Amino acid sequence: MIATIWAIARSTFVEAARRKIFLIVPIVTFAFLVLYALGVIFAFHFSRGQISQENNTFVDAKAFAGATLVGLSMFATLFLGTVLGVFLTFASVRGDAEQGLLQPPVVRPIGRASVLLGRFVGAVIVSGGYVVFLYTVSVVITGTVGGWWPSQPVAPAVALVGAIVVMIALSILGSVFMATIANGVAVLMLYGAGLLAGLLGQIGYGLSSESLQTVGKIATWALPFEAAYQAGLNSLTSGTTGLTRVIVRLGPLGGAEAGGYKLILWVIAYTILVGAATLWAFERRDL
Amino acid sequence: MSVRGPVLTLVGVAAVFEARAVTKRFGATRALESVSFDVKPGELVGLLGPNGAGKSTLVKIGCGLVHATSGEAVIGGHPAGQTAARKLIGYLAELFRYPGWLSADEVLALHQRLAASGGGPSERAELLDLVGLAEVATRRVSNMSKGMQQRLGLAQALIGEPKLLLLDEPTSALDPAGRRAVRAILESLRDRGLGVLLNSHLLSEIELVCDRVIILQHGRVIAQGAPDDLLVARGVEIETRSGLKTWPDARRDDVPGLVADLVSKGEDVFAVRILRPSLEDFYLEAVEGEVG
Repeated sequence: MIATIWAIARSTFVEAARRKIFLIVPIVTFAFLVLYALGVIFAFHFSRGQISQENNTFVDAKAFAGATLVGLSMFATLFLGTVLGVFLTFASVRGDAEQGLLQPPVVRPIGRASVLLGRFVGAVIVSGGYVVFLYTVSVVITGTVGGWWPSQPVAPAVALVGAIVVMIALSILGSVFMATIANGVAVLMLYGAGLLAGLLGQIGYGLSSESLQTVGKIATWALPFEAAYQAGLNSLTSGTTGLTRVIVRLGPLGGAEAGGYKLILWVIAYTILVGAATLWAFERRDL
Repeated sequence: MSVRGPVLTLVGVAAVFEARAVTKRFGATRALESVSFDVKPGELVGLLGPNGAGKSTLVKIGCGLVHATSGEAVIGGHPAGQTAARKLIGYLAELFRYPGWLSADEVLALHQRLAASGGGPSERAELLDLVGLAEVATRRVSNMSKGMQQRLGLAQALIGEPKLLLLDEPTSALDPAGRRAVRAILESLRDRGLGVLLNSHLLSEIELVCDRVIILQHGRVIAQGAPDDLLVARGVEIETRSGLKTWPDARRDDVPGLVADLVSKGEDVFAVRILRPSLEDFYLEAVEGEVG
């Protein structure tokens, strides 16, 4: 079974490497990294001159600038990784079946579960590898130019991969029921809704609004990719204290919130549950 | 039409495909209604019927792509869809498509891995040669014509030496030369003992190559049998020096007597034609009769 899953996963790698639509990925990535590097250079030049030398009693300007920039990079990384993962999987079942791409492998003596797992593994390796690469380069640029390094450099990368895993699982689930475009739109809307709900939850903590906090908690359970992203942001600055900690905890485009082992377990359980639901529906579907 | 030997030798041979009272409904639509027939090793069976008759649905049930509402399809003794059944089949879909970013050789290599075929490069080269794609083994599918992709599909279906081929319109994108080549391939596969279930709208093709024909209409079998049995002679026409003479009720067995009688009367006989309908005539009569 592993050999067949790997065979299908390898096909996904080749697809990502050869399809013209994916040529956009290295172009966008290069453009993003160039702009990010420029942003880091300007930000640290500004912070060294204006903040850290005079006001560092209250705010660690280097940590503030570094965490904000890497946090922004993580937001972009999560978005780009999600788009890549969704594009690789949003036609996995119904879209590919309508085109006639799915039937030949499904007829082989491998079981429908192997076909789905192969697509899942392939997409996770491609998209997960992509977000790890992008995050790592961003951290290295920030550390080299600004001299700031995350408190826990590995944990945010793991959190990003966890978030990507959840989004890919949802994309494959949606592909069983929806046509390609509809599924792509639906998954990206879920992505936006999850980020927005998480941000509202953080604002709720700031304003002590129970309603907004409830929204945030429900979003965390329903769409744990957002919680994983928040946990990743939190890991960036877990070593900071005082006012700096308060400021950077709000984070860019979403707050930072510790996840802990419960989040890890929930991300794993959630992915398994979504996978089981996908397989259950796929096994019953006529192709 | 020549008399086909294999049909006569298949009595008692275990079927490689059996449809046992297969019924399929899509909501309120009845696609198949209690369809039963079998395909034996070394037998080429043609599946005919108008659009929407249920031919593709039946083939897909055999592949395990579609679940029967009741009844079952059995492949080599195993329920269709089970792994053991899938090991025995090769399938070419009506809507065939292969990843455009892979080359012809890579498509076959992928299916070798999925079918756990140990044939390696030699099997791929042999199959590409068989379907006339040896020269374009490294060409990407996206750069192939529709006909080439269909031939690649046939090669893909033959990966792992299947015992049963389920072919849904296998020549729909081919030119006449390509169709003739595929017919030759199918005949050679039959001679090697493969069972073939061939779904096609090309009646002349079915007539030329199939040992047995099954006609579906509205999900039901309305006629089946060997073409020679279905296409019963409808008279004999004899060309003589004095003109063309016709015996509308005569059969093939009557020909020697008719010729002997004419010769004894001093007629010169130039040609004898047994009048019988084409498969197309028979098909249209069967389908229209069913409609009526």
